[in-house]
Amino acid sequence: MLNYVWVYLIVGLVFIFVLLQSLVFLIKAYKKGVALGFTKEELRRTITSSAVFSIAPSVAILIGLVTLSRIFGPLVAGMRLGTLGAVTYELPAAINVIQGVFGKTIGDALPIESIITALWVMTLGCIPPLLIIPLFFKKMSSKMDSLKQKDESWNQIMMDALFLGMISAFIGYVIAPKSVDGSEPFISILGILVFLSSAVMIIIFGLLMKKFKWEWLKNYALPLSMISAMALAIVYGMMGVR
Amino acid sequence: MKRSYQDALHLEGRYWMFGALFLFLLVPIIASLSTGVWPTMSQFLPGFFATAIIFWPVTTIEVFTFTPMLGTGSSYLAFVTGNLTSIKVPAALNAQDALEIEKGSEKGDVISTIAVASSSIMTTLIILIGALLIIPLTPLIESEALRPAFDNIVPALFGALGVVYIMKRVKVVVVPLIFMILFFLFVPGSGGLVGIMVPVGVVISLVTARILYKKGKIK
Repeated sequence: MLNYVWVYLIVGLVFIFVLLQSLVFLIKAYKKGVALGFTKEELRRTITSSAVFSIAPSVAILIGLVTLSRIFGPLVAGMRLGTLGAVTYELPAAINVIQGVFGKTIGDALPIESIITALWVMTLGCIPPLLIIPLFFKKMSSKMDSLKQKDESWNQIMMDALFLGMISAFIGYVIAPKSVDGSEPFISILGILVFLSSAVMIIIFGLLMKKFKWEWLKNYALPLSMISAMALAIVYGMMGVR
Repeated sequence: MKRSYQDALHLEGRYWMFGALFLFLLVPIIASLSTGVWPTMSQFLPGFFATAIIFWPVTTIEVFTFTPMLGTGSSYLAFVTGNLTSIKVPAALNAQDALEIEKGSEKGDVISTIAVASSSIMTTLIILIGALLIIPLTPLIESEALRPAFDNIVPALFGALGVVYIMKRVKVVVVPLIFMILFFLFVPGSGGLVGIMVPVGVVISLVTARILYKKGKIK
């Protein structure tokens, strides 16, 4: 593990930087929002619901944190998972070095060379967005803007199509055969049930919204559906579904 | 007026992003200086190539896929704070839908930025608390009883998100959805390819939408 004062200092600095950037962007967007005619209540509700929505998936990241902590220690692992990539990137990158290069397993007593090499590989292995966005994003978005202005109704359809493309991929992923702890790959009935439960929950919340005119529920329907489906996953798990 | 706000976002966003890049690079440098250990090329290159061969194209394509969804301000933030598909993009989407805002507009950009910023703060704080309290929290996080919930974050998220969008544009989603279901069902090991398949889904979906739009089947 990387128990060194200077390492803790730089990791602390990264956390402060990320929090500061988020706060600065939040304040600027809030002010712009007020100038554009949003009510303070609407903006406050956006802040609260986005924060509430993020709780469940963020807690899920902690599973990856426990695993990566066995290599780097909790703070470096937390910094890697809370910035830039995601657990789906960080873990394979670390394994490529720990297992692929050094022939060790996470949880073994790891030589410091393997930990340092893994940290370098993880840092440089997902660097492209940090170069592409500052260098080319402005040009890209001005091209996008001119496309949008050409045809407003296509613009809306295009935005929906972008999201639907992403959603289709993740729906496919839900039904993909998975292997748990080295088992034979199987289609997760549990995953499909959770998916359907979440879909049903948001439909129910939608009906409640309409029937009782609960406008506030609009912001919270997604996080509530998600958390309800996760709670149901525990129930299904207890019933032996997998 | 619009340009000046957008220009300011781009200018400041660049500073923040280069600042983040500098700090991220400083972490392994300081780790190497502190330990006196630097990776040798024979150890670094195999690990790096195995990683970069997949993740350089994936993260590059992510830029082109997610920046139009996020808008200007939140793109500069979301690509620094990470966790795009599981947290930032859905948060931005949910916030814009709740206020019924046209996505891709200046209002959409502002709401998306507020959503991503709030979400980033919450995620960072949870991870920070998790890192500091890792010893007492580990038994809870790894408990068998909670495992089905944590293992099924993606279905729990995309069930609710999916049904809303599918109901909105059923005609557009049929082709990409059938393609993805067949792909993930029949290609062995496809479960690990979701990052690569997102841009594929986006392209199929865009082409389908364009054809339907040109034929006047959708408005």
